[in-house]
Amino acid sequence: MNLHEYQGKALFRKYDLPVSTGVACDTTEEVLAAAKQIGGDAWVIKAQVHAGGRGKAGGVKLVKTEAEISEFCGRHIGGRLVTYQTDAHGQPISKILIESCIGIARELYLGAVVDRSTRRIVFMASTEGGVEIEKVAQETPEKILKASIDPLVGPQPNQARQMAFKLGLDSAQIKQFTQVFLGLGKLFEDKDVSLIEVNPLVITEDGNLLCLDAKVVIDSNAMYRHPDLAAMRDPSQEDEREAIAAKWDLNYVALDGNIGCMVNGAGLAMGTMDTVKLYGGAPANFLDVGGGATKERVAEAFKLILSDSNVKAVFVNIFGGIVRCDMIAEGIIGAVEEVGVEVPVVVRLEGTNSDKGTEILSQSNLNIIAGSTLADAARKVVAAAGGGL
Amino acid sequence: MSILIDKHTKVICQGFTGKNGTFHSQQAIAYGTQMVGGVTPGKGSTEHLGLPVFDTVIDAIAATGADASVIYVPAPFVMDSIMEAVGAGIKIIVCVTEGVPTLDMLKCKIACDNGGVVLIGPNCPGVITPDECKIGIMPGHIHKRGCVGIVSRSGTLTYEAVKQTTDTGFGQSTCVGIGGDPIPGSNFIDILTLFEKDPETEAIVMIGEIGGTAEEEAADFIKKYVTKPVVSYIAGATAPAGKRMGHAGAIISGGKGTADEKFKALEAAGVKVTRNLAEIGETLKEATGW
Repeated sequence: MNLHEYQGKALFRKYDLPVSTGVACDTTEEVLAAAKQIGGDAWVIKAQVHAGGRGKAGGVKLVKTEAEISEFCGRHIGGRLVTYQTDAHGQPISKILIESCIGIARELYLGAVVDRSTRRIVFMASTEGGVEIEKVAQETPEKILKASIDPLVGPQPNQARQMAFKLGLDSAQIKQFTQVFLGLGKLFEDKDVSLIEVNPLVITEDGNLLCLDAKVVIDSNAMYRHPDLAAMRDPSQEDEREAIAAKWDLNYVALDGNIGCMVNGAGLAMGTMDTVKLYGGAPANFLDVGGGATKERVAEAFKLILSDSNVKAVFVNIFGGIVRCDMIAEGIIGAVEEVGVEVPVVVRLEGTNSDKGTEILSQSNLNIIAGSTLADAARKVVAAAGGGL
Repeated sequence: MSILIDKHTKVICQGFTGKNGTFHSQQAIAYGTQMVGGVTPGKGSTEHLGLPVFDTVIDAIAATGADASVIYVPAPFVMDSIMEAVGAGIKIIVCVTEGVPTLDMLKCKIACDNGGVVLIGPNCPGVITPDECKIGIMPGHIHKRGCVGIVSRSGTLTYEAVKQTTDTGFGQSTCVGIGGDPIPGSNFIDILTLFEKDPETEAIVMIGEIGGTAEEEAADFIKKYVTKPVVSYIAGATAPAGKRMGHAGAIISGGKGTADEKFKALEAAGVKVTRNLAEIGETLKEATGW
């Protein structure tokens, strides 16, 4: 689960990490009032969305007057921000973060992730802050410093010092960097973080370290033990259909093709999309009904697929293990009868009770095309959708 | 021969009396797995499915001589269950449960390594040696005893590979679902090492998916150490970047972990890859000349 910058910074404050004075606001009036409260003659105002690349997209601005604040807020609040990380519709903006403006001498990068290869939390730091770190990692990997955290003892000051010396910090800054490093490490473990990035971690003109941005991603599997973080969830940043799917324990990802896919198992759901593409079609979605699928969930899944008006045909691909094919067949019939379906449906049932499932479907009076094998079904659904896009 | 488990493997179930534990233990018993009991704290000295229930894993091992455990407890209790099994001396743990926090797995993995314990999963279908022992949730009837070792990050894709190797008549030595999480207890290399050493396994099917670099690391390993023919399929060629595709570990992040990169790495390592899921069996024929 992603956190907004203002939520990440609230966590940072709890861990004594240096952040600017700031206020998250819902309206232009609140932003104007916050500017007065913060004081000074210049502020940075930032649109709060779950996406990187906000600066380049015009979602971050240095402002000096009330007029500039009003113009920015008027344009953004209630609007959407499109960045290189969002889709063409962008992400909705409902909050603006206003912060005091500080002079910047240097921009560094500091981040941490769970590294899958080494099975450790790994910190990364770089002198190349403020830019896309993926690009730095690709083009100049030697500029990325790494420190692997021992799960038994957690992050250690010596690891922070080693990084700090290589980053060219002075002795006071090294102490501050160590505090930031250890604080982020503790936050990472306490809050089941899966990714944390401070980009940039700046050195201010008066020589102090400051976390200018905060990107925090929490491990969704661990939300049950963090009710404080669960309360920070912002459903407006999530795809509407994906949110409905989550409610029914379905995994759904919208794509831009015209063949709706309903599959059991995440791997087979991806494999089905790939197969559709391979046979000349274009998948409209990823949908995993899961191992514990019930008749009701299958029906909901079907409704979800049909709610996408691009869908010209539906491909149901089930390899019954725990899931019984006859139960899936009943779910399909239930859904089709309830919502009505005007597009052809191609069904391939394999595994537990597949014969029974196929029989139930053939006895119904629905427009269902049986696929004998995966390849046969893929060919038929591509043809039914009019040969793809 | 086979890897990890066979007809001598004595299996207990942690979370035995729960809904999933009950259903899948019934299935395992019907398949012929040597289930010797289960553990549900507070229900010791009772019976379930005709088998003894114990309060602790230590009690279960003392009474039954169990050497493997299958875990069906809910995700918040998985770390505790794995640690209990490791502490009690279980040597093979299969964890089916989905949704285990990643940081829990970092710790469990170290405990398993230190204790010389093989952990399969979490978020996996389990392990099966056809006609001998089934530990997990896979449908037993699609399997056929034979000479192909299958290792996969996905449950239902394992079943696809199983069906195609059954239909072509080759059958399977052992099938291992290592699970779809970012930090699996065992990875491709762990299982490839066992298949390479197993005399019954004559060819290997490896099924990967987008996210992480486990397939690229496996490709390196195959190039150096695996002499048996390997066939591979990677799911997720059409998956968009930055979206988690069902499995916690199936995500292309920062442009890394794409299916294309993995196909290329495997091809460069001499693996016979297929981009068509429906042609795993055919590709295996080509790779082996069978």
